[in-house]
Amino acid sequence: MNFKLRIWRQRDAKSRGKLVKYDAPDIPAQASLLEMLDIVNERLLLRGEEPIAFDSDCREGICGTCSLTVNGEAHGPDHPGAACELYMRKFRDGETIIVEPFRVKSFPVIKDLVIDRSALDRIVQAGGFISARAGSAPEANSIPIPKHDADLSMEAAACIGCGACAAACPNASAMLFTAAKVSHLALLPQGEPERTKRVVSMVQAMDAEGFGNCTNTYECEAVCPAEISASFIAKLNREYSKASLRRSAGE
Amino acid sequence: MIGNFDARTPSGPLDRKWTSHKDHSRLVSPNNRRKFEVIVVGSGLAGGSAAATLGELGYRVKCFCYQDSARRAHSIAAQGGINAAKNYQNDGDSVYRLFYDTIKGGDFRSREANVYRLAEVSSNIIDQCVAQGVPFAREYGGLLANRSFGGAQVSRTFYARGQTGQQLLLGCYQALCRQIAAGTVQMFPQTEMLDVVLVDGHAKGIVTRNLRTGKIDNVAADAIVLATGGYGNVFYLSTNARGCNVTATYRAYKKGALFANPCFTQIHPTCIPHSGDYQSKLTLMSESLRNDGRVWVPKQKEDAKKPPNEIPESDRDYYLERKYPSYGNLAPRDISSRAAKEVCDEGRGVGPGGRGVYLDFADAIKRLGEETIRERYGNLFEVYQKITGENAYQVPMRIYPAVHYTMGGLWVDYNLMSNIPGLFVIGEANFSDHGANRLGASALMQGLADGYFILPYTLPNYLAGQMGKRPSNDHAEFKKAERDIRAKIDNLLKINGKRSLDSIHRELGTLLWDKCGMARNKNGLEEALRKIPDLRERFWSRDCGIRVPGDGEDFNQSLERAGRVADFLEFAELMCLDALARDESCGAHFRDEHQTSEGEALRDDENFADVFAWEFQGNPATAGPKLHREPLHFETVHLTQRSYK
Repeated sequence: MNFKLRIWRQRDAKSRGKLVKYDAPDIPAQASLLEMLDIVNERLLLRGEEPIAFDSDCREGICGTCSLTVNGEAHGPDHPGAACELYMRKFRDGETIIVEPFRVKSFPVIKDLVIDRSALDRIVQAGGFISARAGSAPEANSIPIPKHDADLSMEAAACIGCGACAAACPNASAMLFTAAKVSHLALLPQGEPERTKRVVSMVQAMDAEGFGNCTNTYECEAVCPAEISASFIAKLNREYSKASLRRSAGE
Repeated sequence: MIGNFDARTPSGPLDRKWTSHKDHSRLVSPNNRRKFEVIVVGSGLAGGSAAATLGELGYRVKCFCYQDSARRAHSIAAQGGINAAKNYQNDGDSVYRLFYDTIKGGDFRSREANVYRLAEVSSNIIDQCVAQGVPFAREYGGLLANRSFGGAQVSRTFYARGQTGQQLLLGCYQALCRQIAAGTVQMFPQTEMLDVVLVDGHAKGIVTRNLRTGKIDNVAADAIVLATGGYGNVFYLSTNARGCNVTATYRAYKKGALFANPCFTQIHPTCIPHSGDYQSKLTLMSESLRNDGRVWVPKQKEDAKKPPNEIPESDRDYYLERKYPSYGNLAPRDISSRAAKEVCDEGRGVGPGGRGVYLDFADAIKRLGEETIRERYGNLFEVYQKITGENAYQVPMRIYPAVHYTMGGLWVDYNLMSNIPGLFVIGEANFSDHGANRLGASALMQGLADGYFILPYTLPNYLAGQMGKRPSNDHAEFKKAERDIRAKIDNLLKINGKRSLDSIHRELGTLLWDKCGMARNKNGLEEALRKIPDLRERFWSRDCGIRVPGDGEDFNQSLERAGRVADFLEFAELMCLDALARDESCGAHFRDEHQTSEGEALRDDENFADVFAWEFQGNPATAGPKLHREPLHFETVHLTQRSYK
């Protein structure tokens, strides 16, 4: 297959970037988008040009490293799935494909298509955990958890931390990411003792990182490679309201 | 040799060794722990759990990973599950059985004491993970669910959909985040370890490169823990993530750490077949699929090109069920992989290129309904459809073996310390627990056992004697290591040849897959050993070598990868030397010369019931590595021909 590409090139965080045109002829239809970029890079290199910097690691949709906006959509048009799971046979022969990084103020560009998503780590550091010291855990079956709760918790826990939710949101909100972690832990009895503190701290951290708020556009859910439901944002709001009430009641 | 080549296996009965070892190990008191700095390289299940646990205990930890976040380490991609001897199913499991299955699965090439300890702590791991919020699959009564896995006749595998590695890693990552917030762990993402620094024969620091800025740093510590995973990417195509590499362990080897059993590489039987040269990686389909899928090829090679639904039941060869009736489709990985290679070599392979076998769910769907299959494996079927465009509910999956895991790694003693004092190695990066073949769902178990429950007891035993011995990072040894690393980087940038890195790496991978893959023989290995130095020479050649654009003071992905491939090109030779020296078949190491009349691996316990540990002797072109052998003592199990029939 043959493609025309327009790819975001940016030297470093301080420089201005721009879209640059490249031709990508003779691309196998079974190649993934990232493999297509590998081929383009190999050709650029042999021509003496600098290859396009882009991030990827597992290339099977689970590590959350790849972070491309393809034709204006986070992770491209084949939802659900990360950019590494996007295959060229999904495009038309001869099509122009525009590849940019995720566009979020809190994810500054490092180079070309590579961004800094450490803001998401800092949200988890603010409270996205259960304090459980190795050595003091009770017997695993001592607290039965209804299958429905465990399954729902797993649905939230499946988040791969890619940040596409924020990239797709007109407000650059990381609510889906934060909601997934808050819900995963709030749905389990083990998460109960830190439930109030967790949601308040995580929401504060999210705000401090400069992410916007949710206005229910559901763009996040539409692009999420892990199919995290936007209803978890409603749960986040409930958790947050309850926690705030508890706090103001002096808990 | 630096340090001590002594396994330090405790004496006493097998089931008392670990307890008595813990009882007699030295401790560091709580108010002294903050005086010790520990470097952990890698943030996967082993590194992440070790860093979090050591931080919680009060040590000052610096944790490094090449990924942009600790949560992205490749443990995240593990699908199927984690073993533990909980016996929740009441089906006869026990610590001894898990131990025995693991040591037998490894074809009797691992240490009894280490494997027993692994089985012993396995239950604690499940308790720990549940406490930290890992949403394992549950039954309707609310209790934990189990599934069965290859190489076992009990159901002892805990799982979270097909994303068990992800959930366990997020558990570690969250524990790590908590310590980062508490200030006990300092995290250095996008930072690669390029060398270990030895001061007075002890590992006391590392040299790192910040991948984002190119800045080189010297970091001193009281002890170093390597948790840098396996070297499967030496084959270019594997199920590993693109960034997985041998650099940390190989460079430690060049500083004197022994490398053990490098030829023990696991080829996983259920991966999506290779489809072309452009391909950058192979995708695993969890072994758990073999619980319900049936593996077959046509009986006649003339049928191999026919669509599967036109091949009647009577013309299908369910070869695993035929050859291994008691384990059937759940035969261990090495055996299943070789069986697939065999039927494809006979011309009965299916799909493009004839390198594939069917994994068929039609019977399971008939028996359980599509809904149940969807619930069990839905995400795997989706992955398969994304990559191949085929719907596996309607047509059988096509699978083929691919490089997946490396049992070999740096040699460690019972304390998980290498021969270099102060250099500890955990998880896939060490060699210790899986012998010549790893059973499914045991990698996650080992990584977490090492990090949560073993290292926190064995590291203090070393640290207790090291108070006040941490050197400053401007010690002459650091300066020298830093100079060497800078020179190495400059050399890579100076090659300026005409070839792409990937093309040389692919060439190396193809050579190894052919000569040191699922089956090896003397001639092939000797051929590989002749060709690898030649390939290395071409890599470095000024006019026809590789081309690394840009400079070292910048975010430069080509440079990162060039350094890793340069190490693979040296390491490949060590792997082939090891495969040649081990003149027997065992587990995943199958030498054509040594097989039973039925084509199974034929061990030679009299001459090879040893760990092969290699010592670097200088430039591989002029001096080959020196082999040290650690005899394996079996006090409890009887060595038998592995039978899964």
